[in-house]
Amino acid sequence: MTLSYAEVWLVIVGCAVLTVLIKACGPVLLGGRTLPATFTRVVTLMAPTLLCALVVTSVLAEGGSWSVGAQTGGVAVAGVMLWRRLPLVLCVLVAVLVTAGIRAVA
Amino acid sequence: MAADPDDEGARASFRRGARLAVPFAIVGFVLSLSFGVLARRAGLSAGQTIAAAAIMFAGSAQFAMLSVVAGGGGVAAAISAAGLMNARFLAMGVAIAPSLPGGPLRRAAQGQSVIDASWALANRGDGTFDRWLLFGNTAPQYLTWTLGTVVGAVFGDTLGDTDRLGLDAIYPTFFLALLLGELRDPASRWAAVGGGLLALALVPVAPPGVPILAASAVALVGLVRRSA
Repeated sequence: MTLSYAEVWLVIVGCAVLTVLIKACGPVLLGGRTLPATFTRVVTLMAPTLLCALVVTSVLAEGGSWSVGAQTGGVAVAGVMLWRRLPLVLCVLVAVLVTAGIRAVA
Repeated sequence: MAADPDDEGARASFRRGARLAVPFAIVGFVLSLSFGVLARRAGLSAGQTIAAAAIMFAGSAQFAMLSVVAGGGGVAAAISAAGLMNARFLAMGVAIAPSLPGGPLRRAAQGQSVIDASWALANRGDGTFDRWLLFGNTAPQYLTWTLGTVVGAVFGDTLGDTDRLGLDAIYPTFFLALLLGELRDPASRWAAVGGGLLALALVPVAPPGVPILAASAVALVGLVRRSA
């Protein structure tokens, strides 16, 4: 980390204010109004796009390079379980145990 | 007031929302605990770590912010990473706006209770939302989210070598679950694949945080793709 103590506070408060503003946007500006369908489509597609980018970068990358680690295996097993509609808590538990297990034997 | 049937319905919805929140609140506790541990290891103070969770209350944005900060990124990069991660709340806010009564300030305040799981569960599927189910669903999740971070930030050190515990698998699994819920139609699936590939392709060449931000550009296909 290269940020100072004060800069970290700036990041935290900045993120919080931005989160509040983003969540307030729709209810304040668009109450009872309809938006162009294209705008809604773009914003709607942002959820799967960002979530997938988030998942693959946390599972298949480490710092500035691609990497496959123990958590890759754990999340992969959990992914199959989620896809088979098994309970979330169980899937998370298995992901943690598989990851810890791979690390214990590796 | 107690006899008001609307009040009764609101209370029932709130309780139903709280009941439905249980699995998400449990996972949220462990996830925010892992945020607490990872934030302390990245160099944040306990106060900063707990404040981040309590006032941001947005898992993906918190982890995005943390990964930029831990990777040596600057203030602007960290805030924009969190902001873009939260961009999906624009869409959720737009969708829920007609279901929130009152003036602009009151609507804005109610809109703060939107989180991924509560928004999805409060969606009646007919274009309207049960706002009391939303509130009831978010409340326990906020409680366990904050508590988990306190535990992780304060007692994280006593967990010993947390690297070996596999806590880093919680966060991707939680968001994989949310992702699978988003893949309703072919457009969402292709946007997810495109965003994932673009982010991965940028990992070796872009600064930390940027691959995820850049991936959101894939959502612009919504401008040109007009599904019949």
